[in-house]
Amino acid sequence: MAKPSTLPKALTGIQGLDEITQGGLPRGRPTLICGSAGCGKTLLAMEFLIRGATEYGEPGVFMPFEENAEELAQNVRSLGFDLGKLIKQKKLLIDFVKVERNEIEETGDYDLEGLFIRLNAAIESIGAKRVVLDTIETLFSGLQNEGILRAELRRLFRWLKDKGVTAVITGERGEGKLTRRGLEEYVSDCVILLDHRVTEQVSTRRMRIVKYRGTTHGTNEYPFLIDEDGFSVLPITSLGLKHQVSNERVSSGVERLDTMLGGKGYYRGSTILVSGTAGTGKTSIAAHFVRAACERGERSLYFTFEESPGQMIRNMRSIGVDLGKYVKKDLLQIHSSRATFYGLEMHLAMIHKLVQQKKPDVVVLDPVGALMHAGTERDANAMLIRLIDFLKLNQITAMLLNLTTAGESLEHSDVDISSIVDSWLLLRDIEIGGERNRAMYVLKSRGMRHSNQLREYLITDQGLDLLDVYVGPEGVLTGSARISLEARERAAALAIQQEAEGRERDRQRKREALEARILAMRKEFEIEEVERAVVASQEVTRLEGLQQNRRTMALSRQADEGNGIARTNKKRGSR
Amino acid sequence: MKKNANSDKKTPLTLDKIARQAKAEDMEKWDLRLYVAGQTPRSVAAFANLKRICEEHLAGRYNIEVIDLIKHPQLAAGDQIVAIPTLVRKLPQPIRKIVGDLRDTDRALVGLQLRPGKN
Repeated sequence: MAKPSTLPKALTGIQGLDEITQGGLPRGRPTLICGSAGCGKTLLAMEFLIRGATEYGEPGVFMPFEENAEELAQNVRSLGFDLGKLIKQKKLLIDFVKVERNEIEETGDYDLEGLFIRLNAAIESIGAKRVVLDTIETLFSGLQNEGILRAELRRLFRWLKDKGVTAVITGERGEGKLTRRGLEEYVSDCVILLDHRVTEQVSTRRMRIVKYRGTTHGTNEYPFLIDEDGFSVLPITSLGLKHQVSNERVSSGVERLDTMLGGKGYYRGSTILVSGTAGTGKTSIAAHFVRAACERGERSLYFTFEESPGQMIRNMRSIGVDLGKYVKKDLLQIHSSRATFYGLEMHLAMIHKLVQQKKPDVVVLDPVGALMHAGTERDANAMLIRLIDFLKLNQITAMLLNLTTAGESLEHSDVDISSIVDSWLLLRDIEIGGERNRAMYVLKSRGMRHSNQLREYLITDQGLDLLDVYVGPEGVLTGSARISLEARERAAALAIQQEAEGRERDRQRKREALEARILAMRKEFEIEEVERAVVASQEVTRLEGLQQNRRTMALSRQADEGNGIARTNKKRGSR
Repeated sequence: MKKNANSDKKTPLTLDKIARQAKAEDMEKWDLRLYVAGQTPRSVAAFANLKRICEEHLAGRYNIEVIDLIKHPQLAAGDQIVAIPTLVRKLPQPIRKIVGDLRDTDRALVGLQLRPGKN
């Protein structure tokens, strides 16, 4: 598995530790774990043995110098480890070494061969590959001759190496030194420092690899936690980016917001950051989202660091979102705790635990910035990244709310996680014409076509309502400015309509007038026709009359066949 | 007597008690166990030193058991043996332990809670 050039390593099986040591502790060599009282040295060592025995088939010998086997078993039982069973299966052996100073008198030379023999016997009896000496420095308080002890310890560590066992030696933190008695002088292959620090009344546990000869390793301080599943170190990248992605979309709970998000809402399993200044409605957006999830029959977990569940339900009811009924149906659990109540790693542990218990589809953290009060910014970042990875791995859609302080750049989340979230809704106040109005936009949303518009929204009794966009000369118009523009636009539209109607009426009138004229002209024409006909007939009548008269006159004059009459006669005659 | 008073500082006892205890101790059987690891010069020296002290102070009422941990490593845990050589006073109670080759007789006597010059 490892290249021949790299040091062979023994996996510890402890969450996160194998990642930062890049494969575990140096195989066949001693490792020193030091730290002040109560920082988890014994537990780390014990878990190293237990995991070795149960997961890697490497039996282990635990040699405590302070606590006996029963006490140890009791201590780790609360963490879910059953030592008794392992001991019965010969996977673990505990040999308690008690050195009581007041029973011991020293006279002359001696060595620690007894310890060697015991250790050897223990290792041989179960074929141990791993050994823990917890805390060997206790020998210094039991035996007086420091010269002998130092020489013997040097020999012991040499012997352990020759024996080829992977050993963990714990040591109490000393003043200005890693250990009280300078054990680090002898154990020089790998030194891990545990720290239990109280910053501003909040304690955090941290781990650092001081040295690890012959290999690269993470050099940072990593927070770690101890919970009922034992020890876990929280390296930021430990979970990697291997989580499955879903193409399924989930509604944001606000119809028009879904439209802004490519018409379908968020991706399932994605992380959504909602940031905004105070009072911009972050919690309301989260409440809508939770309601939508509950309506789909999904489980939600809401972590609030500022409000109690009762207060939260009351406040959301005022905008028409009744979270109470989902709580009753056990679809929603609101978990309130002050961020400063315990340290970051406990928060993380609590969230982990609840998520694993409830298996929710949606998790809301309101607000994530509050966690900063529980630790430093660095820790909070590390924790959140870790948490987001954890949630993503479990296909949980997470919504993180973040308060932006006025005066800060808006596009900056005070917990700097903006780069690892998938969607980012930015809520902001827009101050125009002496009033503040709320507007939102989708700053980013990975993997979907999203709206680039700044949208005004109202928080009404019925919930959140996104309004149409009005863009004026100074940008987006909101509030009264929008209303007045709306009015102006309505008036303008009315005017246009009226004008059109006026024009239509004019045309109608003109047409009617024209038609009237056409009618009149036709009448005139008809009259004229009639008159012409009358005149024509009169003409004929007159002509006939004239001829008649001429004939009559001719007859009366008995004229011969003259011009007219003669011809008429001729014609008559020819016939 | 001086040394005894000194060592008894840890457990406050009345003079009366001390006297009674001392008398009882005179009759007691001593059961001693010497843990060694192989025949090293140091363990040989320790045994020789122990033998000398016992002959001197506990003649006739002591019993020395030498345990070689190389042969019986499982016996080390019972008496919580870490250093070699270790002498364990099993009887009289309470258990006392003396580590080292016992070459400093005075300290060995203190460790065994034997008053020198009594016998």
